[in-house]
Formats: sequence, C-alpha cells, structure tokens
Amino acid sequence: MEGNLNLTLKIWRQKNTQTAGKFETYQVSGISTDMSFLEMIDVLNNRLIEEGDDPVAFDHDCREGICGMCSMYINGRPHGPNRGVTTCQLHMRSFKDGETITVEPWRASAFPVIKDLVVNRSAFDRIIAAGGFISVNTGNAQDANSLPINKDNADDAFAAAACIGCGACVAACKNASAMLFTSAKISQLALLPQGQIEAATRAQAMVAQMDEEGFGACSNTGACEAECPKGISIENIARMNREYFSATFSSK
Amino acid sequence: MTKIDAKIPDGNLAEKWTKFKSSVPLVNPSNKRSLEIIVVGSGLAGASAAASLAELGYKVKVFCFQDSPRRAHSIAAQGGINAAKNYQNDGDSVYRLFYDTIKGGDYRAREANVHRLAEVSGSIIDQCVAQGVPFAREYGGLLSNRSFGGTQVQRTFYAAGQTGQQLLLGAYSALQRQVGMGNVELFTRHEMLDVVTIDGKARGIIARDSVSGALERHFGHAVLLCTGGYGNVFYLSTNAMGSNVTAAWKAHKKGAFFANPCYTQIHPTCIPVSGDHQSKLTLMSESLRNDGRIWVPKKENDTRKANEIPEDERDYYLERRYPAFGNLVPRDIASRAAKERCDAGFGVGSSKMAVYLDYAAAIIRYGKGEANKHNMHSPTDEEIQSMGKAVVKEKYGNLFDMYKQITGEDPYEVPMRIYPAVHYTMGGLWVDYNLMTTVPGLYALGEANFSDHGANRLGASALMQGLADGYFVIPYTIGAYLAAEIRTPSMSTDSEDFVNAEKAVRDRLETLMNIKGSKPVDYFHKRLGKIMWDECGMARSEKGLKASIKEIQALQKEFWSDVKIPGEINNLNPELEKAGRVADFLELGELMCIDALDRNESCGGHFRTEFQTEDGEALRDDDKYAYVAAWEYEKQSIFKLHKEELKYENIKIAQRSYK
Repeated sequence: MEGNLNLTLKIWRQKNTQTAGKFETYQVSGISTDMSFLEMIDVLNNRLIEEGDDPVAFDHDCREGICGMCSMYINGRPHGPNRGVTTCQLHMRSFKDGETITVEPWRASAFPVIKDLVVNRSAFDRIIAAGGFISVNTGNAQDANSLPINKDNADDAFAAAACIGCGACVAACKNASAMLFTSAKISQLALLPQGQIEAATRAQAMVAQMDEEGFGACSNTGACEAECPKGISIENIARMNREYFSATFSSK
Repeated sequence: MTKIDAKIPDGNLAEKWTKFKSSVPLVNPSNKRSLEIIVVGSGLAGASAAASLAELGYKVKVFCFQDSPRRAHSIAAQGGINAAKNYQNDGDSVYRLFYDTIKGGDYRAREANVHRLAEVSGSIIDQCVAQGVPFAREYGGLLSNRSFGGTQVQRTFYAAGQTGQQLLLGAYSALQRQVGMGNVELFTRHEMLDVVTIDGKARGIIARDSVSGALERHFGHAVLLCTGGYGNVFYLSTNAMGSNVTAAWKAHKKGAFFANPCYTQIHPTCIPVSGDHQSKLTLMSESLRNDGRIWVPKKENDTRKANEIPEDERDYYLERRYPAFGNLVPRDIASRAAKERCDAGFGVGSSKMAVYLDYAAAIIRYGKGEANKHNMHSPTDEEIQSMGKAVVKEKYGNLFDMYKQITGEDPYEVPMRIYPAVHYTMGGLWVDYNLMTTVPGLYALGEANFSDHGANRLGASALMQGLADGYFVIPYTIGAYLAAEIRTPSMSTDSEDFVNAEKAVRDRLETLMNIKGSKPVDYFHKRLGKIMWDECGMARSEKGLKASIKEIQALQKEFWSDVKIPGEINNLNPELEKAGRVADFLELGELMCIDALDRNESCGGHFRTEFQTEDGEALRDDDKYAYVAAWEYEKQSIFKLHKEELKYENIKIAQRSYK
C-alpha cells in the first residue's frame, strides 16, 4: 500500500428534498492512495456512525464504472478531476496530501436532491419510455444474421450505446441540458437499420419528453462531452438535431 | 415430508420443450388483462420477463432497489453470451451446448432444463439484435464470435467488454416501452422485504420505499423473484454493493426450498485485493483468457519483476496441466490451479497472492498479423508492438483501462496480476421445470434460481440463462399456473395476511433500529465474509465447516445485540437497508456451510479437501451425491434436506477431464 493522505472534505448535507442543505466540513486521515474515492467516503461514514452521526448518503452500486449510479460533483466537476472515469473508478492517488475536496450532488432542477449527494434521475427513465426503443415484441425477431450491418455503423452505434445514464452531462452543463444523454440513444438506434422505421417518431417523442422534464437547451460549450465518463461524442447531438428537424419538416 | 416434483415433461429430451409448449394451458387475452404479476428485480431475467409478460397483456409491477431498472448488476457482465448458432461452422449444435453445460457443471445440473436453455439460446440473439443491441460485427456486417472456457467452439456473442450492459439496456428499453404504454408500473428505490402467502399461495409482497421509509403492500396473482445471486455473503466479491439475498431468503423462510447453496463460483481472473479498505473486487473478463497467457515464475518466492523473468523460467501452469483446453479450462479448475500455485509459494506481487495474465505474446502475434495485412515485409519491433496494442485495445480496451485505473499499472506494458474472487452463485431457490419454487405462484428466474449450471457455470452462460428464463421460458410456463387463476379476482391488501406480513416487517426494522449497539453493519459483514472465504470458499473441509457453523451462529447473536444503525426509519437510510441484508446473509452463510458439510464429495466449485484425486482434481461421488440438495427452512438454524435425484438419460456421466 502506498502513501497515506490527510484531507479536508467539504460535503453537501441535505436532509431531504424539502429541506435546505449546506456544506459540512470533515477531516479524514490515513487515506491510502490505492482507495477509490467512494472507499474514502466509506471510511468517513463508518467513523460518523461510530461517533453517532448520520453518514453521508450517496448513490453507488457496481463500483466498476458501468452501472451509472455514482454521481458526485467533486471540486466543481462531475466525477472529479480525471477524464473518462466515474467516481467509483476515481482513485485517491489523484489527490495530494493536505488537499481540500468539495463534494456536491448533481445540480439540476430536473434532478431534485433526495438526500445529501443522492438525486432523483427518474427523468431519464421517462425519456427512454417515450421512445428509446425499437418496437419489437419478444418472438417477433428474424434470424440475427439475416440483417448485415456495416461495421462502422455498428461500431458507432455501440459507442453511443455505451452511455451509462449517470447524468454527468446534465451536471456539467450550465443549462442542465440532457441533450447528450437523449441524443446517444437516438443516435444508437438511428445508426442501425432496425431503428429506421420509428426514427422520426422516436426523435420527436424523446425530445418532447426531455423538454417536459425541465432540462435546458444545449449550451454548445461541449462540457457534456468533456465530462462524460464514457466519452460519448457531441456528434450525437448533431445527429439528433438532424433526426429531429427532418422528422419535424416531414411530419404530417 | 414434502415431496419435490420437478415436473419434467415426458418424452425424448429433444422433444420435451416443444411438446410442453404445445400442450401447456393458455390464458386468453381478455383474461390476461385481469391477471397481475409482480416482478422483483430488473436485471436481465427481471426486465426481460416483465417486458415479455406485459407484451402478452398481463398487468405487471416491477420493483428494484436501485434508482433505475437499468442499474441492475447484469449491467456489469463483461465477456459475452453463448448461443448455439453455429455461425462459425465449427461444429456447434444445441446438443453440444447442452453437453458442454452439463459437463462444465460437473454433472450436477438437470438435463431437461439445460437442454431447453440450449434450444432457446439462438432466439435470444435474434431478439437482442432486433432490439438494436450493437453486438460486435465482422467487416462483412455479420456477427462476430469468440471463445470462452470449457468449450472448443466459438459460440460467444459479445459487445466489446460490455456485453451485459448492452443486453440489459436492450431489455430495459423493452421494459420502458411497456412502462410508457402503461402496461408496467415501475417502483424504483423499493426493496422487497417479504412475500405474502395466502392459503399457501404467493399473493403479493411487502416492499419498503427507500426514500420515505414507508412500507407498502402489493397484490399479485403470481410473484417472480429475479433478484440475482448471493455472492456478497463473502463481503468481497465482484457483485455490486447492493446485490443481496434478501428477497430469496424471505421466500425461503416462507416455504421456498433453497437448492445447492454451497455451489459458489470463484472466478479465476479478478484484480487482487490491495488492502483492508477494499469494498469490492473487480473482474477481468474471462474473454481475456482467449489471448492472454497465465503464468507464475518457476522459482519459488521469485522477487524479480515480470519482464525480467526469461521465458524458460516461467511456468504456464494451465497449459502444462491441461494441454487440451490450456488457458480456457472452466473457471473452477483455473481458480483452484491459481490457488495451488500461490499456496505453494509461487505467487507474485507484493501480497504473493496473485498470478500473471500476460498479453505480451498476443500483442506480438496481432502486430505481425497486422503487418501482413498491410504488406509490411520487415516491420520494426516498435511497429509490431504499436499495431498489436491497437488490436488488443479494440478487443479489450475497456478492461485494460479499468485495470489501469484500479492498480495504477499499465497492462499493455506489464502483465496483469490476477487472483480468484467470488463471482456467481450456482445455488439458489429450488424451482421445477416451470421455474416455480415450492411455494405455488412464486417463481425464481436467472441467478436467483439453481437450475441450469450444476456445480459450476461456464462463462457467458449467465446472460444466456437470465434472458432465456425471462424472454422464452416464463411466458410459456406461467400459463400452467395462471390458467387456473382466471377466476381469482384481484385481492384487497387490507386482508389479515397482508396486514400481518407488513407488521412483521415493521417489527423487524424497529428491532434493528433499537439495538443501538456499538459496531457498524460493515464490521459484521466483513467478519462473516472472512469466515466464508476461509472455510467455505475455494477449499472446504469437515473440520473447518463445523467450526464455521458455530462461529456464524455466535456472530448472528453478536449482530443482533451490538449492531449500530444511525439515522431514521422513515427516511433514506442506506445503513438500515444494509443491516437487513447482512442479517439475512448471516443466516444464509450458516446454510451454505451446512450444505457444504453434507456434500461429502468434490464437484465443480465445491471442493472438499478430503475428496480429491492424486493430482488434485475434484473427486465426485456419483453413487451418493448425484442429487440436488433442496433445503427446507424449519426454524432458526434448523434446515431439512430434501433430495432431487438427478437422472442422466442422455449423457454418459463421466469424470470431467480437460487434459
């Protein structure tokens, strides 16, 4: 095990959606550089429990960067200082001894805070429910190899489908826009022949739901792409806009 | 004694499922609309079942403890999904997938279920492609395959190292489509805390809304548990932090038998433990064994760096011991072989509890291949390295990145250090051919049941089974039960049975909160995990198991008198949720040891040190132990064994050999 760190943590504490929150300051010491950021919070929480305090609530599950549950805004950046990683894959070797680290929840009116660092991201589920699918019932399918797909398109569709739905793109955007999330699903399906049939209705329905949830307009700053832990490309937004406008102009 | 009846249809193995489908009672569309089904868990099994049943017209409610159904731990499955498509023309068939699975499971799985699994495997791939799952493809636009352990064909379909994610997002999309259409009602951040039975049949659940802490009663004509496995009983595993046995354990205490609880899969290629702070372990996909070579130094306690050890001083022990399958032996065998080398003093890394997984040879092989492809006649070593690394990156890039993130080492330059870790549980709720537990109306799907993998699961078969159960099995088999339920109206949840069930759940939560002891939940979980790993992990013995049962019983008492849970009962309280789960793990751990003690043989993932061949392979006892151990809960620490005899009518049962 490598060096140990002593750190000052300023963490957002908020009892529930209705109550106002504020920052609390905590000291942690003897943090191994091999720990993940969440394991460092575990250490703090077990100490808080032993001291009779309420531990910091935060979302986390797989701790291997794929479930999209962890969602900390660290030193002003979603998932912290490193590119291409979620909070659970951020390790303490990225921090210096004596550093002060500020931890907040995702900030967006469409993601209300539930408690401390936990926010409600069910708006994303509703955007998918509005059209993020191909309407094929179980049993409808033909043989998988009866539909050859150009490898480049398949690879691009996969790259868009790699979105983990964490919401970092919304948290990074000054307008709290969900364009990157929504466009990733629209792109994935638009790039595949199976997705063509419903492409127009899909783009319109998902964009309408996105607006209804209260997400803002695209800020065109590219912060979403820069902060996305899965490197989802902003080109997806351009593709979504093309799909959306062509759907709007050709609608009956 | 309750007789357990697996309800396996008559007839030839290959015709059982076809005949069953043609003769199972049906529910007409208008009756489906008034039948309610509860699905607990939203992973591959749960999401696919819920979507498919809603498409058929049933009224479905889905519950998951995460904030979205898309987070279920199926999302983390890496390597791939098997299907007997034979697209590679390499001799695959339904029978061969069936045979490989039975053999891989060390002849402890039920023939009829496994054959059905192999039969429907192809339809799964068709369905997923139709949903827009972006599987890896070749330049001709057709689907690509790779190999996994325990097979000699290429039947694994994949999407980089994120196959589980893509399959789950496909099933999630299908589920959300039904949510949008109003056919499925979704309850996220809800944890099932009991099954409600009325007149012996499952009729609903008690769930806790994690945000408000409120307890809710929900009625269903049938309840499906798709709640995954229980690997977290070991504290450290590759499971997600929230993965738990609670739903299955509550069902067990309400009468559902628990089958083969000791069958645990220890996955050979995981990132080794780095310290006491560790909260979970991370898998490095089995697909890496396609191209990587596993080795340790030939010299005991060798302290040189990997790159300083010359080729002839390396022991590629899997290739040495198992030349026919080499690095692609099944998981249980690869894990034990790694443990054997480390225990003998040949381990590497600072802990000496690791072996190397080396990509140097693969990088050169791929680099030379690329040079040929590009007509480069005398490429430099640098060019070969750079082109080889690019190919490896395309195939396994996300895994290599993950390794680097966690360890701080670059696996393109130095071999990865790996060690076995708890990954999957073959045991689970006992189910019949219809996937119904011993409680009528209560079903278990996916990893939550025991049915298809025997004593060891082959790689890329968990995704196959979860989706088979959800898309193609339960939509048919549930008809056998619900056809007789069409006259049962939706029941009020104000009945005594529901009220009492809710009260019992509330009492237990209050008891936990009121202990006000001195130790956090994790303290007990870690201690349980250590007992389980040391004595009920990769090697088990009569002496160790007997001592463990006593230790676990003592730990249960300590937990219920000294656990400290902060916060409030009526608010988001992750510690309270965890405490309930660990309380259940403490009971399950005891049963696992009891089961391991009962099974006086070694098979698959269950290795009793007293029962091994001269060269250290698992020694089965087919005369005495060719049965499924189905345990009935009687009272605290008292479980009654029921045996389902396994009959092999189509496969000649043999000593498993991968040499």
